[in-house]
Amino acid sequence: MTNGWIDIKNTDMMLIMGGNPAENHPCGFKWPIKAKRQRNAKMIVVDPRFTRTAAVADLFVQIRAGSDIAFLGGLIHYALENQRIAKDYLVNYTNAAFVIKEGFKLPEDGLYSGFDPATQVYDKSSWNYEETGGAGSKAAANGPPMLPANVAYDTALENPRCVYQLLKKQYSRYTPEMVERVTGVPKDQFLKTADLFTSIRKDGNTKQVGTIIYAVGWTQHTFGSQIIRTAAMLQLLLGNVGRAGGGVNALRGHSNIQGATDIAGIFDNLPGYLKVPTPADTDFSAWMKRITPTSSKPKEWDSWNYWSNTPKFAVSLMKSMYGDAANKDNDWAFAYLPKVDREYSWVHIWDDMYQGKVKGLIAFGMNGVAIGPNSQKNIDALKKADWLVVCEIYPDETSGFWQSPGITPEELKNIQTEVYRLPGAGFAEKDGTIVNSARWLQWKWTALAPPGDAKVDQEILARIFLKVRELYQKEGGKFPDPILKLSWNYTDPNNPSLSEIAKDLNGRAVADVMDPATQQVIKAGQQLPGFGFLRDDGSTSSGNWLWCGSWTEAGPLMQRRGTDDPSGQGIYPNWAWSWPMNRRVMYNRASCDPSGKPWDAERRQVWWNEAQKKWVGNDVPDFKADSAPKDHMGPFIMNPEGIGRLFVPLAGMADGPFPEHYEPFESPIANPLHPQQSTNPVVKKYTSDMDKYGTPA
Amino acid sequence: MNTTRRGFLKTGTGAVVASVLGFDVHDAYAQAKELKIARTTETRSTCPYCSVSCGVIIHTIGDNAKNVTAQVVYVEGDPDHPINRGTLCPKGSSLMQDILNDRRLLKPQVRRPGSDHWEDIGWGQAFDEIARHIKKTRDESFITTDSQGRTVNRVETIAWNGGCTDTNELNYLVVKTMRSLGVTYLENQARV
Repeated sequence: MTNGWIDIKNTDMMLIMGGNPAENHPCGFKWPIKAKRQRNAKMIVVDPRFTRTAAVADLFVQIRAGSDIAFLGGLIHYALENQRIAKDYLVNYTNAAFVIKEGFKLPEDGLYSGFDPATQVYDKSSWNYEETGGAGSKAAANGPPMLPANVAYDTALENPRCVYQLLKKQYSRYTPEMVERVTGVPKDQFLKTADLFTSIRKDGNTKQVGTIIYAVGWTQHTFGSQIIRTAAMLQLLLGNVGRAGGGVNALRGHSNIQGATDIAGIFDNLPGYLKVPTPADTDFSAWMKRITPTSSKPKEWDSWNYWSNTPKFAVSLMKSMYGDAANKDNDWAFAYLPKVDREYSWVHIWDDMYQGKVKGLIAFGMNGVAIGPNSQKNIDALKKADWLVVCEIYPDETSGFWQSPGITPEELKNIQTEVYRLPGAGFAEKDGTIVNSARWLQWKWTALAPPGDAKVDQEILARIFLKVRELYQKEGGKFPDPILKLSWNYTDPNNPSLSEIAKDLNGRAVADVMDPATQQVIKAGQQLPGFGFLRDDGSTSSGNWLWCGSWTEAGPLMQRRGTDDPSGQGIYPNWAWSWPMNRRVMYNRASCDPSGKPWDAERRQVWWNEAQKKWVGNDVPDFKADSAPKDHMGPFIMNPEGIGRLFVPLAGMADGPFPEHYEPFESPIANPLHPQQSTNPVVKKYTSDMDKYGTPA
Repeated sequence: MNTTRRGFLKTGTGAVVASVLGFDVHDAYAQAKELKIARTTETRSTCPYCSVSCGVIIHTIGDNAKNVTAQVVYVEGDPDHPINRGTLCPKGSSLMQDILNDRRLLKPQVRRPGSDHWEDIGWGQAFDEIARHIKKTRDESFITTDSQGRTVNRVETIAWNGGCTDTNELNYLVVKTMRSLGVTYLENQARV
């Protein structure tokens, strides 16, 4: 979520799609209900089913599953047609005014410019801003295309190739009639929805706020990211991002799915959303050059481009993982990181295991056989594996795959997979932190020991790893260095204390570190106060830069239990700790107009204090504290442009800088917008005998 | 005869006592019953089920005493928690059944190749065998350079599937250990 659970009570308008929070997040749902009761907020639910959430909505619209982009695109079209937009916000805080270079083509026929049918991949170099006169960044001769340092722009929004005009053109095809054809929502119902949702911007109103709430009904599509993109674009058009009661709010599924995403136990990221190195990155600095964005913006504007600090995050991570074994002389142990240049994601694991390539699987708290689209394929895959290690608290279908129905005694004798089922600890039997949808890191305490001979997960993993390390120490083997040198300085190495790991994640000074702005010195060994202190010279270590600030010298901030909420907005600044730096609503600078004054005085979150020459407020400003409004620094500090992207340039999205409606892969109909390119052209298709696709009858 | 009030009430059935005293003592008996959470230790935790992450209070009895294993007797919502304010949904309300359950796995087990049943195995032996598997698979298939001669230092035969209720701290150990082994098939529930 860009905002938070309690913050929903501040909203005036809710659009709930792809989610059913009344049933799936009941205790969090009290906040939308509170908004209805206390602010007379309206709730619109768009869903293929009449759910329990729909039952309490002010307006329920039934939509054909998978046609969400068409619906949202229709809302964008309506907002633009009727000028129900936040004009000042749009011009100053998004890339609406940026001009796109010549040669870019919209997908009226289903394809953007640059599609290669042979490889089924786009050459995205035409999906880029136009460079303005003056010094610009030139891409290396054979390097990937880059964003120009100086971007051409038109604040009047009239240039035919400016993002605003292209946006209008893109969604001009998403008329109410087309929305009815694609989504099945009758035209008059669609218009009623559009009128209601965009009513917060009627006649130039900037006080009111709307939120969009979604869950896995949106994410579990081949174009899931693009659905969410369309919602984000709508929210940017309406000026809702960064405001209390606004934002783009994902209701995540499990208690620590957010933490799992942040810490990146996934193949293409390292902790804190750092991109993994590829084989083409010849050394650490080549890696940094590729993944560190340079700012790209109108010359007169300012952009903090906070990812420009990537080297500080990456070096601190290597120091955390390898301690003294990561230093300037060995290129920060760059060789110890595996290089990634293809897909190794969850579906690939099972497909590659089915093809006999993956030999061993370790599953801690994940029941892959039960959750895959084809359980039988996953079971058959496991039959081919050499070994399987499962840590669970209950018997599950993955560890018991060899007992699944249909396996004869004859076949069983031929299943050579050696399966270890290790009893782990339930939630009550371990401490540590988990992160909720609202980005709050919350510590939980251990209530009791695991039952029987069960052990806590960290002990099981630690002992396995230390055993592997011991074998490499005694016997040698392939490239043992990263295993032998991995830092493991826990008081009890066989059962590392989660408090010690949490302190590693926050990070500490390896050598004395001084903040030049305040002259404050953090002494070696002390916990760091925040990611602003991270360095790229090896003097700091941090397992996850994003969580730096969660366990400082003051103690574990994520254990705090302050029940005070001075502003009444549901910020609760002293309860636990939210990333980044305890900011509760992200991009909150955008809650003020370009001069630094809140759009709505009643729900002031942050504002510019001219006397103190800094941003202050009820919430922690998600911004450079001393950047004056006249310097026009963009609120979206994690983008190189500093603005919210209506158009996502270059390789940001695989299938298009604007979302386009494609039919789901197993759709019974041809796409009314462009029947000859019905589905998403870049979707990967699996082709084993177990990959069955539905076809229209 | 025990002369405390409780002792007095416990000495016989209500009817016997009533006949002695001449009035019904059931109401008094009911009052003497203690709240089951009166002597518990309260531990603050977080519900594992969804991303609201409601605060819960887990009540246990029997800890802090020598040779006594703490046992859960009750789980309730934490009234101090700003988001759920003491409420829990049906899943959260039944958390005790997630903790105390006779289907909980209690001991490490192994299924040998070709076998049709689970066998018990000691932890030490399990760790030895698993480590042996990991090393063997890794050593047999470790890729130092790719087909273009570039250093990759990766293993493509071992995969990790992480869960979504694993703590952040465990997940960091996962990232550390798996990346140090060179594992590229590193995934968890966040992907799904």
